[in-house]
Amino acid sequence: MNPVSWPCPLPGGGTCEEAALQFDAGRKARLLIVPALFDEGNRMRRFTVEVMRRLDHAGIDSFLPDLPGCTESLQPLEAQDPTDWLDAMAAAARHFGASDTLGIRGGCLFTPDRLPAFHYAPVKAASILRQMVRARMLSAREAGREENREHLAEMALAKGITLAGYTLGADFYRHFEPMTADPDAAVIAQEQIGGSGLWLRAEPDENAAQAEALAAIIAGELAP
Amino acid sequence: MPDETDLLLRRILTDVLGLKPGQADAFGAETGLFGHLPELDSMAVAGLLTELEDRLDIVIDDDEIDGEMLETYGGLLAFAEAKRAA
Repeated sequence: MNPVSWPCPLPGGGTCEEAALQFDAGRKARLLIVPALFDEGNRMRRFTVEVMRRLDHAGIDSFLPDLPGCTESLQPLEAQDPTDWLDAMAAAARHFGASDTLGIRGGCLFTPDRLPAFHYAPVKAASILRQMVRARMLSAREAGREENREHLAEMALAKGITLAGYTLGADFYRHFEPMTADPDAAVIAQEQIGGSGLWLRAEPDENAAQAEALAAIIAGELAP
Repeated sequence: MPDETDLLLRRILTDVLGLKPGQADAFGAETGLFGHLPELDSMAVAGLLTELEDRLDIVIDDDEIDGEMLETYGGLLAFAEAKRAA
């Protein structure tokens, strides 16, 4: 596995370097993985890399780029728009010569259109936001403040909002909220993986059997 | 025989807290949750409530969420049972 960088388009033109992890042996099957988003991204990171290791053993190259504004990215998250993320993942797919793509949870919303896609446990953007807003309300309440959902949504649309430590711009919030995953993707449900999804865990966790199961499903479709 | 809501709630807590099978069986009405378990922060509780909605097929309004219902296992179970009966 190598950490590499790739040229990510900037909204105003030009590019900036973003990081990615890759298993690249120049093989025919080349899977671009769009990571889970925000807090779930942290909880699913190790699992995702474990899946990549297993795909490598099965003869499949894989690439895990950072979304601009996330993980190692130097771009400000609050300046991002979902369109930028779609453009970024399309550019990553071209750069790495991806043959297929895998979205994980919220990452399913950003898998490039032109590639055959697997979607592992896809989730609607509205569900992600609902949970993050709820977390914000709970922590406000714990601190002795009351916040209500309508007010937070108004604020988010007017000037952006910080949810669970992630600062989202107003445009991001507005454009992200209605997003749903492409219905044409091959959905891999948690029932096919066994056990409960690791994104539910309060702390990041790992599960070799689940990583094995997801890699096996993908390898069954793509392996040379 | 423990009722279904009780079993489901223990299963959800097992998933959220990453417990070993059977560990949640030890939870009693007074077992402390939010504010007692360091890993159960606001994001984890928000996830737990979402999962509760999905698996029990209920909708939890924001103003129904209060400290009492989240503080102990018994409080959360009573809330879930009341929601299901409603």
